Amino acid sequence: MNPAPAAAVPRLHPKVRLQRDDVRERDVLLYPEGLVTLNPTGAEILGLCDGVRSLADIVAALEQRYAASGLERDVTSFLDGLAAKGLVIYGR
Amino acid sequence: MDAKPLWLLAELTYRCPLQCPYCSNPLDFAGSRFKQELTTEQWSRVFREAKALGVLQLGLSGGEPLLRPDLESLVASAHQLGLYTSLITSAHRLTQDRLAALKRAGLDHVQISVQAADAELSDRIAGTKAFNDKLAAYHFTKELGFPLTVNVVLHRENLHQVEALIRLAESLGAERIELANTQFYGWAFHNRDALMPTKAQLDAAWQVVLRERARLGTRLEIVWVLPDYHEQFPKPCMGGWARAYMTVTPGGEVWPCHAAGRITTLTFDNVRDRPLDWIWHQSDAFNRFRGEAWMPEPCRSCPRKAVDFGGCRCQAFLVAGDASLTDPVCSLAPQRHVIDAAVAQVERAAAARVQPAALTYRAAPASRALAAKG
Repeated sequence: MNPAPAAAVPRLHPKVRLQRDDVRERDVLLYPEGLVTLNPTGAEILGLCDGVRSLADIVAALEQRYAASGLERDVTSFLDGLAAKGLVIYGR
Repeated sequence: MDAKPLWLLAELTYRCPLQCPYCSNPLDFAGSRFKQELTTEQWSRVFREAKALGVLQLGLSGGEPLLRPDLESLVASAHQLGLYTSLITSAHRLTQDRLAALKRAGLDHVQISVQAADAELSDRIAGTKAFNDKLAAYHFTKELGFPLTVNVVLHRENLHQVEALIRLAESLGAERIELANTQFYGWAFHNRDALMPTKAQLDAAWQVVLRERARLGTRLEIVWVLPDYHEQFPKPCMGGWARAYMTVTPGGEVWPCHAAGRITTLTFDNVRDRPLDWIWHQSDAFNRFRGEAWMPEPCRSCPRKAVDFGGCRCQAFLVAGDASLTDPVCSLAPQRHVIDAAVAQVERAAAARVQPAALTYRAAPASRALAAKG
């Protein structure tokens, strides 16, 4: 599968919920009969997936927040991995 | 070991309008042990305590959970806690209005069983007319925007329909189809010889699954629950005893899985008497087979013990007569010959075209008769 283009707008599939797991102090994705454990970076990326921001917007927001550059590949491959599981969908 | 549960199966009632002969409910579901159902308030407390323990996924099951008139308020209390709630239902008499009310209460996901791909066979297996209700419910489940799982228990009578079942799920726009080969517990164990398919049937169905998975990709997830009698190694049952999962029965007993109540050498605590936290961490039933210290040979020295956790305790009890033995479906287990004999008998009977014994349908009179027999 090719990486998603920078203009693609990622969002969680409607069946998926981003949820805080208080007991284990981490964030998780919950969906029918399953869950994915997120690290803090993953949770932050998904928090920016609001169905409006494009991949490029999300990368720019993170790069600004961390005064970093070159995050595009990591962010894209993280979201593509979830898209391959049907947990993230791309619009536009 | 600091295992915390992620999954809670809430069996809200053992009443059910269907009579499927492979039901996983206890054979004696109609007996005195299960008579008095928990109240709305008691269930809400169970959900609260489960969430505090670490549970994130809640299955609302039965019996038929729709028979609880308080289902909407149970869903609402689970939703307020942040639990991901799945309704596991036959959809019998389910209306669009009721499902819409459950949606407003916060229900996340709907799983509807079907017994076969056509009305005649499906209704015969269910022991009642149910197929048309199910089809209607599948459509309005999608119209209401729910993710939908189609669940089918597979056995000798319907394994030839695997392709038609997948096509049905695809045409309904389902996200998942669970092709659950019968696991032999409860009523299925009682009806085992009549339900068990031949190896040839299983091989043919598996080829269909492989082909359809390649065709459908992520559009429809096809879950194939292994027919463990025909496997070489046991399933990692529940991901290990008391590691991630628990079941609360209609009357409030807490079990490490929905079949464990049959193990007569264990006693199970009840949420009416004890906090869920105590039952999970302190009770004898949950600690008995937790971790690896209880394991006998050949598990104890086997590298697979970290993969399959010794298999299923209920199967060891049912087939080998002792819940602390290696799961007898394991090819290394001393009792594997019992499984082999059961499989061979089915193959011989099928080759000779011998009609299997009549099925005992899951119903209260049969349950009371079986309970009286012990």
